[in-house]
Amino acid sequence: MSNKLINLENISKSYDNQLVLDEMNLYIRENEFLTLLGPSGCGKTTTLRIIGGFETPDKGRVIFDGADITRIPPHKRQLNTVFQKYALFTHMTIAENIAFGLKIKGKSKAYIDDKIKYALKLVNLDGYEKRMPNSLSGGQQQRIAIARAIVNEPKVLLLDEPLGALDLKLRQDMQYELIRLKNELGITFIYVTHDQEEALTMSDTIVVMNQGYIQQIGTPEMIYNEPENAFVADFIGDSNIIASTMIKDELVEILGAKFACVDKGFGVNKPVDVVIRPEDVELVKPGEGTINGVVSHLIFKGVHYEMEVTANGFEWLVHSTSLFPVGTEVGIKVDPFNIQIMNKPESEDEEAAPIEE
Amino acid sequence: MKNKSFTALMASPYLIWAIAFIIIPLFMVFYYGLTNNDGTFTLENVLAITDPRHLKALGIAMLLSVISTIICILLAYPLAMILASKNGSKDKIIIMIFILPMWMNFLLRILAWQTILEKNGVINTFIEMFNALPLFDLPLLNIINTPYAIILGMVYNFLPFMILPLYNSLNKIDPNVVNAAKDLGANNFQTFIRIILPLTLPGIISGITMVFVPALTTFAISAMLGGSKISLIGNIIEQEFSTASNWHLGSGLSVVLMIFIIISMIFSAIFDKDGEGNML
Amino acid sequence: MTKVLKNIYMALIILFLYAPILIMIVLSFNAGRSRAKWGGFTFNRYITLFSNEDIMSALSNTLLIAVLSSLIATLIGTVAALAMSKMRSIFRTTLMGITNIPMLNAEIVTGISLMLLFVTLGVRLGFGTMLIAHITFNIPYVILSVMPRIRQLNSSTYEAALDLGAPPLKAFMKVVMPDLAPGIFSGLLMAFTMSIDDFIITYFTQGAGIHTLSTKIYASVRKGIQPEMYSLSTLIFVVVLLLLLSINLIDVISNKKADKKRKD
Repeated sequence: MSNKLINLENISKSYDNQLVLDEMNLYIRENEFLTLLGPSGCGKTTTLRIIGGFETPDKGRVIFDGADITRIPPHKRQLNTVFQKYALFTHMTIAENIAFGLKIKGKSKAYIDDKIKYALKLVNLDGYEKRMPNSLSGGQQQRIAIARAIVNEPKVLLLDEPLGALDLKLRQDMQYELIRLKNELGITFIYVTHDQEEALTMSDTIVVMNQGYIQQIGTPEMIYNEPENAFVADFIGDSNIIASTMIKDELVEILGAKFACVDKGFGVNKPVDVVIRPEDVELVKPGEGTINGVVSHLIFKGVHYEMEVTANGFEWLVHSTSLFPVGTEVGIKVDPFNIQIMNKPESEDEEAAPIEE
Repeated sequence: MKNKSFTALMASPYLIWAIAFIIIPLFMVFYYGLTNNDGTFTLENVLAITDPRHLKALGIAMLLSVISTIICILLAYPLAMILASKNGSKDKIIIMIFILPMWMNFLLRILAWQTILEKNGVINTFIEMFNALPLFDLPLLNIINTPYAIILGMVYNFLPFMILPLYNSLNKIDPNVVNAAKDLGANNFQTFIRIILPLTLPGIISGITMVFVPALTTFAISAMLGGSKISLIGNIIEQEFSTASNWHLGSGLSVVLMIFIIISMIFSAIFDKDGEGNML
Repeated sequence: MTKVLKNIYMALIILFLYAPILIMIVLSFNAGRSRAKWGGFTFNRYITLFSNEDIMSALSNTLLIAVLSSLIATLIGTVAALAMSKMRSIFRTTLMGITNIPMLNAEIVTGISLMLLFVTLGVRLGFGTMLIAHITFNIPYVILSVMPRIRQLNSSTYEAALDLGAPPLKAFMKVVMPDLAPGIFSGLLMAFTMSIDDFIITYFTQGAGIHTLSTKIYASVRKGIQPEMYSLSTLIFVVVLLLLLSINLIDVISNKKADKKRKD
């Protein structure tokens, strides 16, 4: 995971005068599992299509392995794509689908047959050579789409919401499958999704995007634990985002009460946003926490209880394995390490947005 | 509505209609075609197709309709691809442009081609105007009352029936399937031959039946553009019913015609199992 | 460059399709009686048209047959399509096969077959036989455009209406009909168009002395077409053109409005 395999330099793209990508810079390292994550219309698919060669950027360059490939057509690029809704060739058998790219390259029949066998084994579909795509389930079609791409031994595999059309259970199984595949193949995956759970499970690096801008780049842990702005905090997981004031280093005033924290360098009496994950809110006896509140809603979620606690005029979202019935008076305590301080949004795209999906 | 007898009641008007006006009339054609004037069974009306005059008419009809169908495919396919590549609200209007001519009576439009192609017609008038200038010496167009004029009429009249199914089947292709082919290394030509063409086969087949059958059996186009010298099988049958009044012979030849149509229908059924290429 | 080539190609095909129409329109203003020679400009054909009894009666026959046959075909075809959707698949396939016969068979054979039927039964050829023939070839168009709509129906909406207390007929009219309406309408429109445009089947089932526009034109090809026919066709063409343009314009405008709303 060292050298930069793909480098996007100052990429801009617009459709019908609507800016989809604005001066985007991003590099992807060899062997990385990188996920472009964001709501629909954030520019993630456009980014992928520019890398794949299906779109040409209005401005900027795409560097692949040191060479400028901005204007190289897709069929001459050393990368392959797994498309949304699979895009299998319905008039060909599974074997013919997988063989397509190899036949175009003029490989020998023995080589192609070998590769088909290998690829079907890799995606756990041995013996499906003669079947037609439409006779397969969604999950199986997905695996064939992956097999069809990887037999060409691309350096990079691009995946455009490949699990979007599958149901929940299958989606979770496929996530593990994709991680296994990536490790076996030892190539770079660039993955596009709007599903934050998918992104957190599989990625080495997550790129959170909104309205054509990159909001944050980091490991799943960084993105989840230290969101840089309200949009990222809100898009990744549930969270309490509260407008607060940074009194001084390591002390923040939230809803009128003073909380110890670990952040420094925001200045004195500076308005900030505070993110506290629901599982980081500790409920204790009244008076023992920093502020007091009353439980107003309670839902059993399986692994934990989800509660809403009204305290100082704010509905705190709380995940806890202990049960506090509705109406219970509780105290709220938060470990200083679990309070994440963020600067106030400077532009519209950094604001917390209601998630549509 | 789950009630079986109610379903039967609802189906009955059409069922009766279809039996009375589709099935029985077809049997009438076979009955007349397989009997002679006094009602005895005979194959002579069907075998009359081997009469050199009839055979020639069938042969010319086959030849002209095959050529016309091929020209229609060659003209319509690029056009359908151009139309399918346009998107947005405009494409509806563009499709309309290709359907609109059908709203002017087709006999009048064919008649207009007479006016265009005639010896003193529109095209030759233009050519003479050019020839009046120095440097120009173009030959006059002389195709009226020839098979070429009939082909032109067929192509003209049936081209929209080729454009629409092709356009529909092209429109149904997921753009990502085309992208996938390019992604796997196919250039434009390979993508066309291996992906687009096979995926539009149902549309091509449906277009072929919609052009070939009416072209094979037409009598109006040949009567108006081919003059009196060229008879197609349609003209022969029409004459047996109108001027010659030999309905048995006309029916016998119609039976032969139907055999050709059934063969072409079987072809289309094999290639277009799901009815994907339908116009509707 | 390729874009220019594409547009040129499209323009050439459009020219090919519209050249004869252009000629017709020009001829409708031709003062001379000959088709081949330009005898000066006149608007007269558009006035004498309405006093030309031959053409006017052919026009009224054409319109009457088109209206009646498309309405009757829509009624029979819609009911049949509904019934077919409830049938066992073997019956449905059979009936669908029969429905396809007039669509796929040569028109000349369909025309001849109906004529043989009428003549054998001793029915006098005339308005009635033409009407029956038109209904027969129109029904398949209706069935084929209603069927897909029925397949798309969500059967639970009908059941929901029953569940909410609507009697079956009312539930059908209030819930199912609105979903079918576009299919029925396009079937009707298609049937009407096919009826107006038909020549071959009408030709074989027409009676002596009764004409539609098509048969009238064919009958007078050798004698020479009355120039009023050109002006009538021009009028029809212009009316249809305006109709289609306005429908599309309404479509485009309402789409734009919907787009705007979505953005707000």
